[in-house]
Amino acid sequence: MRKDTPINLFWSRFSRNELSVAGGIIVLLLFLVATLAPLISPYNPHDIDRRHILEAPGLKHLFGTDDLGRDVLSRMIWGSRVSLAVGFVAIGIATVIGMILGAISGYYGGWADRIIMRFIDIMLSVPTFFLILAVIAFIDPDIWDFLIPNWLKGRSSIGFLDPSILNIMIVIGLTSWMGVARLVRAEFLSLKEREFIFAARALGASDFRIIFRHIMLNSMSPVLISAVLGIAGAVLVESSLSFLGIGVRPPTPSWGNILTLGKENIGIAWWLSVFPGLAILVTVLGYNLLGEGIRDSIDPRLWESERR
Amino acid sequence: MSTYLIKRLLEMIPTLFGITLLSFVIIHLAPGKPTDIFTELNPKITPEARERLEKLYDLDKPIIVQYGLWLKKIVKLDFGESFSSDRRPVMQRIWDSKKPLLERRLFVTFMINLISLVIILLIAIPVGVSSATRRNSLYDKITTTTVFIGFAMPHFWLALLLMIFFGVYLHWLPISGLKSMNYDSLPVWGKIWDLARHLALPIFVSAFGGLAADSRYMRSSMLEVIRQDYVRVARAKGLSEREVIYRHAFRNALLPMITLMGLSVPGLIGGSVIFENIFGIPGMGQLFYMSVMTRDYPMVMGILTIGAILTLLGNLLADLGYMLADPRIRAT
Repeated sequence: MRKDTPINLFWSRFSRNELSVAGGIIVLLLFLVATLAPLISPYNPHDIDRRHILEAPGLKHLFGTDDLGRDVLSRMIWGSRVSLAVGFVAIGIATVIGMILGAISGYYGGWADRIIMRFIDIMLSVPTFFLILAVIAFIDPDIWDFLIPNWLKGRSSIGFLDPSILNIMIVIGLTSWMGVARLVRAEFLSLKEREFIFAARALGASDFRIIFRHIMLNSMSPVLISAVLGIAGAVLVESSLSFLGIGVRPPTPSWGNILTLGKENIGIAWWLSVFPGLAILVTVLGYNLLGEGIRDSIDPRLWESERR
Repeated sequence: MSTYLIKRLLEMIPTLFGITLLSFVIIHLAPGKPTDIFTELNPKITPEARERLEKLYDLDKPIIVQYGLWLKKIVKLDFGESFSSDRRPVMQRIWDSKKPLLERRLFVTFMINLISLVIILLIAIPVGVSSATRRNSLYDKITTTTVFIGFAMPHFWLALLLMIFFGVYLHWLPISGLKSMNYDSLPVWGKIWDLARHLALPIFVSAFGGLAADSRYMRSSMLEVIRQDYVRVARAKGLSEREVIYRHAFRNALLPMITLMGLSVPGLIGGSVIFENIFGIPGMGQLFYMSVMTRDYPMVMGILTIGAILTLLGNLLADLGYMLADPRIRAT
């Protein structure tokens, strides 16, 4: 017999919505492609073939070749790793910063709250893309070098932890935590006045325990939803930056920097523009559908109104 | 009203101060001196000239003093001289009052964003309202799907596809620049037509993202309002559905859109970097990108600050608009 546990309820609502399931499948596929890249990519993404430059899609090269004769499909398959990693790490960083600042702001209030809220206002009033561009251009990517463990350096042939990728992850993370912070703050403001918190405090729980065990755990669902939607945004920002030539540096393949080649060869090689862009579109769509699906399945208010 | 305005303006001051500090800190996080890029490019430069240059930009003083001096200048909207080869003042490169409007970068960006904002509103509001009133119909499903695709569409990719299709394949529209070579010799209508042809794709791209977001927002705002008691009362009174929707629900659903407009300013300004670059339009976004790439730091600090001021003004305008539109807020 099935029980109405929250997980079961969530799942039954989630699986009923075809669009959410489609989003989930897209994200799952992206994971598969990224992890299985060495097995499924037909060619080495770095293999230059000067005799087959800018070849149109055909049986040998399903998505054609680029200006150095490299197989576009293979480069896109390896590029999915960049997209996946940047999305998750950047939003991971943003979520941690946002949760900590939001918690302090909402729980303690007073001057800490005022300073943090003012800081959020400042961050939000600088056009985000300007801020990201400025930081990326003026911060030397090598300053993050210490974050890469020595045994990993130079090991990955694909430049998976290339300093330029790390730089993007950190910069996107540092510039997209404001929404989460506001969300967590609002949750804390409403939850800290609830009886179970008074009870916890009466039992002698420390601030730390109340913040992390009692309030934070109860405010995780909006954070999760905004994180999934945030990944979609991070993927878009990464590809835009790589497209502009200040993101992931070639020869490391990323969807954005393949599109740069598409623009350079705009009159002659449509396949360089069409396929990577489509990959970005589908990926972002997947995260968005998944995020919205989770929201609709968690938020019972919406669900009730939906049934009416 | 005026006390509110004064209060809001005063509140902007600490935020503005923080923004200047933020842009200053980012630029000075960079290793080496900001003038390095300048001196490295010129192998013939003498140590004396280098020193003179550092003195000119106050780089010989402690960092706090540098910030203070910079702040003192920008109060008068003087952002110093750009590092570009002509060494023009930053403000002059953004807004050159001696040149025609179309050659002032801030004006170009502002014009494109304003036109696309108007287009967004003209399309998003009716689409949002009609898909809310026809909830779960085929029409609603089609618009919702389109909106999702619009959200996921990378703007620069859309721009590339449009360039390939309308520029390269059909040869209908120019794919780069703001005007043709023979622009100055054209009659007035020819000039307008020429501009329109050049701006069609950039405006379409810049409106596209906002269109998805705003129509979605309008739809949910409308759905929220339709559920309210006063709408039920209006229906109970026996008003026609048309009157219920347009006289009672629509006006109230429109209110949150004013706030959304204000909040969309930073996104629009930021987005201009992408489309101005792709389409080669001489606006603020392109200037910012070029300045960032050449590490032209007075330019970058100047544009960051001006972008932030525009955002704050946008928010202020939105709040004032909200007050004018909603008597309930005016009363308090």
